[in-house]
Amino acid sequence: MSLVHIEDAGLSHDGGESFVFRHVTLALESGQFVAVLGPSGAGKSTLLRVVMGLVPPTEGRVTLTAPAHRDGTRGTALVFQDARLMPWRSVRKNVELGLEGLGIPAPERHARAERVLKLVGLTAEAGRWPRQLSGGQRQRAGVARALVTDPELLLMDEPFGALDAITRAGLQQELLEIWRETRKTVLFVTHDVEEAILMADRIVVLSGRPAAVRADIMVGARPRDPSSAEMRALTSELRRLIAEP
Amino acid sequence: MTERRLSGRVRLGLSLSGLIVLFALWQAAVKSRLVPPGILPAPSELWPAWMAEISGGFWQQSILDSLSHYATGLLAGSVLGTSAGLVCGSVPVIDAASGGIVRMLRPIPGLAWVPFAILWFGLNNAGATFVIAISVFWINFYAAWGAVKAVDRDLYEVAAAFGHRGFFSRLSCVTLPAAMPGLLAGLRTGLGQGWMSVVAAELFGVPGIGARMMQASSLLATDVVVVYMLTMAALYALTDFLFGLVRDRLLRWQG
Repeated sequence: MSLVHIEDAGLSHDGGESFVFRHVTLALESGQFVAVLGPSGAGKSTLLRVVMGLVPPTEGRVTLTAPAHRDGTRGTALVFQDARLMPWRSVRKNVELGLEGLGIPAPERHARAERVLKLVGLTAEAGRWPRQLSGGQRQRAGVARALVTDPELLLMDEPFGALDAITRAGLQQELLEIWRETRKTVLFVTHDVEEAILMADRIVVLSGRPAAVRADIMVGARPRDPSSAEMRALTSELRRLIAEP
Repeated sequence: MTERRLSGRVRLGLSLSGLIVLFALWQAAVKSRLVPPGILPAPSELWPAWMAEISGGFWQQSILDSLSHYATGLLAGSVLGTSAGLVCGSVPVIDAASGGIVRMLRPIPGLAWVPFAILWFGLNNAGATFVIAISVFWINFYAAWGAVKAVDRDLYEVAAAFGHRGFFSRLSCVTLPAAMPGLLAGLRTGLGQGWMSVVAAELFGVPGIGARMMQASSLLATDVVVVYMLTMAALYALTDFLFGLVRDRLLRWQG
């Protein structure tokens, strides 16, 4: 069953003279891990914000069909590229941000925060300030803040783009494990072809501005071996698609 | 040159020795007649003058009077100034509409309001409080305005993404905590400015430290004037110290 319908959506900031993206049509299946790949500045992040409902599209429609409204959860949650924790909140309080305003009593908020902090390996850091965390830990806290709201759809905006290679590889594996356990629908923006191939069931390639869907590719079975002939062929195919004018 | 970090104890020691050196030089200058007699009291003359003020009950009463003007003026000026600055900083329409008024009123010093303070409130505590509140108001207004303008815009997007979208929700979730360092810097500056305006506020005869200083100076009792100058300095040091403790507690997250 599809969870998100993007129908001929477009976004223009100048009343229709130029578009960030246009004629984008996509349906995301429930439980799918979808990577959005494209050249930088193509409007991938903006598309995420439209799906999230932070920015309304100027053309077309985006509909999120959550199966049934569940109390104490949010339909969507976003993980930012630069973590964006609130520096005046402890790690635990940052994670609880999305639970405030849902009418959840404080003890339950704490318990849920503890649970996701354990999931991302930050139990010991719960009481620390964001400035005391490493880049990788901050990003984990950002993932925990999104997961705690138990969203139908998890939106990730180049979440590991600013991390060093080793930290990134570790977090990619952790995210895959979390995804296997929770089976969230994930929309994952990246400009890293290897990352998309490693993580996603399906890769959507966007063209340059105005962004439109250039290719929509299903990736084969897991686990993926990036050195196999099949994956190498896919890598060069994706590179070619991104570089195309 | 590398900057050496001094421990708190060393800094306090240096600060005290600086004061001792100042008083010693001052004493020597007066006693050696380097300074013509009668224009500056020697530090050694201050003690008897202070004791006389205490035994007459003037010192205690003046402090109590001034503290009450100071506290209410500071509170009113800080609360109103901070609120106005927050509103102007976060609502562009109000900011633009008030821009001209702000530029017109801003340069007028608290002292210039004294005639109106007398007319509107009379020669009483309310008049003195009003003058103090005005000078504190502007410091907090600009501190709050600037602090709101400097809030990281991206954090509003974070707040919106996690369900905090209304004006008041954004205010309590992002604007206030993010602007807190700037707001507290404004409050701290106002703390000092408030003491400075106590003298102006009491100039026209409302009892307090300022009024007592004016009486003494009209009698050329410079030793009494200096006693109250030092009293005010000590009161400022105390309020600033206490405020520093609160500030450090509120801004723990900055480290």
